[in-house]
Amino acid sequence: MIKLDSKVPEGKLEEKWTNHKFNMKLVNPANKRKYDIIVVGTGLAGASAVASLGELGYNVKAFTFHDSARRAHSIAAQGGINAAKNYQNDGDSVYRLFYDTIKGGDFRSREANVYRLAEVSNNIIDQCVAQGVPFAREYGGLLDNRSFGGALVSRTFYARGQTGQQLLLGAYTAMNRQVNLGKVKLYTRREMLDVVVVDGAAKGIVVRNMLTGEIEKYSAHAVILATGGYANAYFLSTSAMNCNATAIWRAHKRGAAFANPCFTQIHPTCLPLHGENQSKLTLMSESLRNDGRIWVSKLKHDMRKPNEIPEEERDYYLERKYPTYGNLSPRDISSRAAKEAIDNGRGAQGQDAVYLDFQDAINRLGQKVIEERYGNLFEIYETITGDNPYKSPMKIYPAPHYTMGGLWVDYNMQSTIQGLFVGGEANFSDHGANRLGASALMQGLADGYFVLPYTIGNYLAGDKPTLVKTDHPEFEKVKKEVENMTAKLLSIKGKRTVDDIHKQLGRIMWNKVGMGRNEKGLKEAMVEIKVLREEFWKDVNVVGDSKDVNQCLERAARVADYLELGELMALDALTRNESCGGHFREEYQTPEGEALRNDEDYAFVSAWEFKDVGKWELNKEPLEFTSVKLATRSYK
Amino acid sequence: MSPRKINLTLKIWRQRSPQSPGKFAEYKVAVSPDSSFLEMLDDINNDLEKKSLEPITFESDCREGICGTCGLVINGQPHGPIPRIATCQLHMRNFKEGDTIYVEPYRAKAFPIIKDLMVDRSAMDRIMEAGGFISVNTLSVPDGNAIPIPKDIASEAMDAAQCIGCGACVAACKNASAMLFVSAKVSQFALLPQGQPERYQRVESMVKVMDEYGFGSCSNTYACEAECPKGVSVKNIARMNREYFMAKIKSQNIE
Repeated sequence: MIKLDSKVPEGKLEEKWTNHKFNMKLVNPANKRKYDIIVVGTGLAGASAVASLGELGYNVKAFTFHDSARRAHSIAAQGGINAAKNYQNDGDSVYRLFYDTIKGGDFRSREANVYRLAEVSNNIIDQCVAQGVPFAREYGGLLDNRSFGGALVSRTFYARGQTGQQLLLGAYTAMNRQVNLGKVKLYTRREMLDVVVVDGAAKGIVVRNMLTGEIEKYSAHAVILATGGYANAYFLSTSAMNCNATAIWRAHKRGAAFANPCFTQIHPTCLPLHGENQSKLTLMSESLRNDGRIWVSKLKHDMRKPNEIPEEERDYYLERKYPTYGNLSPRDISSRAAKEAIDNGRGAQGQDAVYLDFQDAINRLGQKVIEERYGNLFEIYETITGDNPYKSPMKIYPAPHYTMGGLWVDYNMQSTIQGLFVGGEANFSDHGANRLGASALMQGLADGYFVLPYTIGNYLAGDKPTLVKTDHPEFEKVKKEVENMTAKLLSIKGKRTVDDIHKQLGRIMWNKVGMGRNEKGLKEAMVEIKVLREEFWKDVNVVGDSKDVNQCLERAARVADYLELGELMALDALTRNESCGGHFREEYQTPEGEALRNDEDYAFVSAWEFKDVGKWELNKEPLEFTSVKLATRSYK
Repeated sequence: MSPRKINLTLKIWRQRSPQSPGKFAEYKVAVSPDSSFLEMLDDINNDLEKKSLEPITFESDCREGICGTCGLVINGQPHGPIPRIATCQLHMRNFKEGDTIYVEPYRAKAFPIIKDLMVDRSAMDRIMEAGGFISVNTLSVPDGNAIPIPKDIASEAMDAAQCIGCGACVAACKNASAMLFVSAKVSQFALLPQGQPERYQRVESMVKVMDEYGFGSCSNTYACEAECPKGVSVKNIARMNREYFMAKIKSQNIE
């Protein structure tokens, strides 16, 4: 049993972070240079943490498996970033952003963490503007905003449809400045394959040099993982090809509890599948739902072209079912509504797709305005599908996009391994059972710029961790284990390719641990995954050798981890006998088909402790709500 | 969706290591026109792996044209025949039955080949580290709206800022010049009020490192702009030249 201490500070919700910052121990500026910190991942959370820690004077070692830090998948976020600036004078506030996020997460997140996130959101915008991020502006030169799902205010800041790119490049430039000043040493093309724990505390990592195949050891006083989410367990997702769970999964196997693994987000507006060899799915930004209307035909099996379906035969189902939020309903609800329409036989021209239509907006505002707002997204759509969305509606379909679950962390973002901190999508902390649009960028930067730099200092000054040299026997032992696993993968030389097995896992996950889950399917999934895992270790064919660039080997090691993680996702979903946010158990729904939460029995974070492959122990962190009232989520 | 497939002959550059000589290997494929170019390569690799043959090493990540990881020279053109897209956004409907397609890595002195279609573009990061930033520390900043920026200036800065750092401009240039890449960042910051304090120092530092890494000079053929997946304009090069000239006049570094 792990003791889960959330370390949420005492006091009023609004005062917790301020008080905590005052109460945390500080490292003398002259002593900061005596501390080494490892940061794995250079996306929004990683790069911003690296930059801020470097500025403070720590020696930072930053690791990425990319050729350049700028390639992290944060770069692909399109729509925007939320902040409670209330520049639009439409009634926004820190409390409202906090409340929307808690409610959007279906009351399954930790109140104090979410409040802090809302609190620092405004600092993020200021920080990014100062770095030269070219946010969209009004004619008067001030910052522009738009709306995103799950909110009735305009609080989303954006840089065309490339907000993630601009924010990441902002953090990347801040990090580069520290590289230039010599405070940060950047290690590219290194994939973290294990964390080294000595006497219960994280003391370093073991990585594979992806050019030479060498297994390398690095030590530090503290380790931060900012390695993103695990949506690629579904094979097809909007995550980039190389996004993977290996860093957090290996840390989990060394003692870091994994929280809420079944909380995965299926995004409603992605491009439909085109065929068997599809490698990934493409997101169409949620911002499109500001002006696009979602609909299907009222008739079943309607094969007419969309433009031939008259207005009165169209079902704008989100506007019908949720008149208050309409097309801006949260992602989980919009995705499920799409699935319901398609399961009902009303998919666009018989396909697994619904329409996202801009005709009304074009008539109202003119094509030029729509071009200005969404031009690049329309271009992306046309490039991929060959159809012009100015002329006929887009076809969209839900796809795995984000994982709310991740390594369990306390209020200080420390995992259940002392000295191992986790930021961004890799942790579980802020989004509960469903993340609102434009909140991932906010969380990544909040963690990296404004939370970790403080809490790391507190750990270093308070716990006074020592540095363990890389010739310590534990480093040698972990290195050997990693080398053995690599050798094992290369020695099987079976018949099935890595991708073939990954695709099969993806189908199991999508069909049985996807948008709709039930007891029978989840139990089947667990058995099927276990069988597939055994098959992988007997019959996979990993080509090439270890002392070379070997992308096949890289993929194989990641898939080996998904084959363990997938089972835990199913187990967590099976254990949570309620529906909440992105976790929809078909047995638990209201007569109208909405998610039926069970606050009596399931108002907790499930934090799974690894015992052995396929064996876990459940620990529960009860969720206490002092400021908000637990309510049935309604967007009607 | 169409069940029809097109038959193609691919000539793909295979090179074991930086030192070993490379050559084109031939692959015959039948591919769906809805498939992307990289999905076609995934398929070839899957077939090679089935035969225990080493797959073709190529890089890609987001497959949405934004991360800048991919970059193949397809029939002599970086990112292929369609303007303003990255390799990952190229779809096979743009090719015809019976086509022969040559696939090569970027070729530039500053981008050594690592293996097959994978090259080392780290020189671009070294240029960015030299000065491609605004020196502000976390939290030591004013309110976002305290720095008003005219809409058209913000938009022009964004036009430059959307460079994805893929290196196609270098690969397209007969001199392997990185001027478009460097000028995009120099322009973004030169246009914005936040970039003014370090304006001249920045361009000097970045150009110095650019020259050190063996990128060539600009001779105004505009091949870079033509192949840029984001359509970054050569106007930025003109702006950088002016910035550099002014920097030399105003420089504190007396040589």
